[in-house]
Amino acid sequence: MHELAVCEAIAETVRDRAKGRVPASVRVRIGYLRQVVPDSLVFSWEMVTAGTDLQDSELVVDYIPAVVTCQACEARTTLEAPVLVCATCESTDVELVSGNEFDLASFDVTAA
Amino acid sequence: MGRVHIHPDGTAHEHEHEHDDDGTQHDVGDHSGYVATGTVRVEVLERILSENDRVAAANRQDFTSAGVISVNLMSSPGAGKTTLLKRTLAEIGGTRRVGILEGDIATSLDADELAGSGAAAISLVNTSAGFGGECHLDAVMVRSGLGRLPLDQLDLLLIENVGNLVCPAEFDVGEHAKAMVYAITEGEEKPLKYPVMFRAVDAVVVNKMDLLPHLDFDLDLFLANLRAVNPGAAVIQVSARTGAGLGEWCRWLLNQTVEN
Repeated sequence: MHELAVCEAIAETVRDRAKGRVPASVRVRIGYLRQVVPDSLVFSWEMVTAGTDLQDSELVVDYIPAVVTCQACEARTTLEAPVLVCATCESTDVELVSGNEFDLASFDVTAA
Repeated sequence: MGRVHIHPDGTAHEHEHEHDDDGTQHDVGDHSGYVATGTVRVEVLERILSENDRVAAANRQDFTSAGVISVNLMSSPGAGKTTLLKRTLAEIGGTRRVGILEGDIATSLDADELAGSGAAAISLVNTSAGFGGECHLDAVMVRSGLGRLPLDQLDLLLIENVGNLVCPAEFDVGEHAKAMVYAITEGEEKPLKYPVMFRAVDAVVVNKMDLLPHLDFDLDLFLANLRAVNPGAAVIQVSARTGAGLGEWCRWLLNQTVEN
């Protein structure tokens, strides 16, 4: 699925920023509410980087759960399903704290 | 290579770890803050699809300066996007100049079907030129298709995305509004199974309503599931086959503005 396109986008940005250095690892942050499967992302990364300068770069996926805070009772809920509702008072007036992440966070390179 | 690190408590955090003297690779556990001796961490902190988003912003700017309202139409395969577009062109193609950007993995079948339906211009984008055939339109593909559309002569651009409930939702193509076609033959639970798509859209066109008497479909349950993931979306019940509800859909389309 689109994990391949996502990995190509990651590889492109890493190459641009790494300026010829080969990262030992590349860290991405993916929220639970994104329709990206972390294991598929890792698998796609291996396919996309195989035989390239990045084939020894490890992809580390931080999978971030969806957390909301309730505007009514101020309780904090880690969502089990993608339904934005407070587990304490069942209000749907909630604010998303995390779960929408879709970021290239960092990469590690050998110091010069 | 790769591994997945899950935060069970819902927090993103960094940990300190001792460096293993034998240099063996860790396969489990949390190594968020682990930086080996002689290694430098380069912070990037950029959206993964930032390049796509940059091109999408350029597309949106082009639509806006040409005064063209653009709507990204998404659905699973067979939900009725092309039939809805044909009906839409029959309804408003006489009074509005409507362009169609048709995204398909391969073939020109949908574009051929729409030819002669009242569109001012049709541009076909096949997504199979990339890595094994992309399952969605991205901003660069849409940009490549814009060259074949006279934006200055259009009022409305309808972008028919690739039939897929997962991938198109992640890619901004520069549209002013997103709509999806959902067919009642797909089952009530789809908003919960594909929340990213159902959350992303401004309107859900509930299609194939003419089949309601013949199905076990529970419309109220579907609407409750939809509201649970997207309380704000417009819901428009139609039958693209009979034309029922088309007026409401066209009114929604024509109410969109370039300020969205």
